[in-house]
Amino acid sequence: MISHFLLLVLFAFLVSIVFAVLMRDEPRQQMRTAGLMFAGFVATAVVFGWLMYPLPL
Amino acid sequence: MRYDRPQMATKTTTADSARASADPGTLTLVCLLAWAIPGAAHVWLGRRQKGAVFFIVLGLMFSIGLALHGRIFPFEFSEPLVALAALADIGVGVPWMLARVAGAGAGLVTATTYEYGNTFLIVAGLLNFLVILDAFDIAMGRK
Repeated sequence: MISHFLLLVLFAFLVSIVFAVLMRDEPRQQMRTAGLMFAGFVATAVVFGWLMYPLPL
Repeated sequence: MRYDRPQMATKTTTADSARASADPGTLTLVCLLAWAIPGAAHVWLGRRQKGAVFFIVLGLMFSIGLALHGRIFPFEFSEPLVALAALADIGVGVPWMLARVAGAGAGLVTATTYEYGNTFLIVAGLLNFLVILDAFDIAMGRK
């Protein structure tokens, strides 16, 4: 069974790479931007996941 | 001040060479190439590292989308959201055509990963639109 969280992490990883390469020219800056963006994506998803936890569906 | 002139000359030469390649025909070709094969226009414009990354990552995203039973949406203008998703799907270029020809991307609504697959497919296309704009800017000498 495929983990939803794993798919989220994979999606965040790939999207942050593309955005970082679009935004920066130096490989070092690209890696830094991609890392920050990836961490931001995953952290935001986890925080929103917990915020929505008490909501009824 | 004596050193200003050579520096100015170098900058002007670079900008001129970029603008020289920015005629409408070349720009159209750059955009078409960038659309058809993600990253190809960047390689053509000398940004090999960027081109390779776009080619690998966008190709991978599209493949993952298909593997997750995502759907390549048809153009149904009676349903605006489906038409917009179809427009996003088409953004990835040749992989989209190949998938259509091969009959892939039918989508399996009952699959748990159906929506994830759609997301990967749609976002791959949308990101390639940004890559096209980036290639356009490079060809115009703005970057």
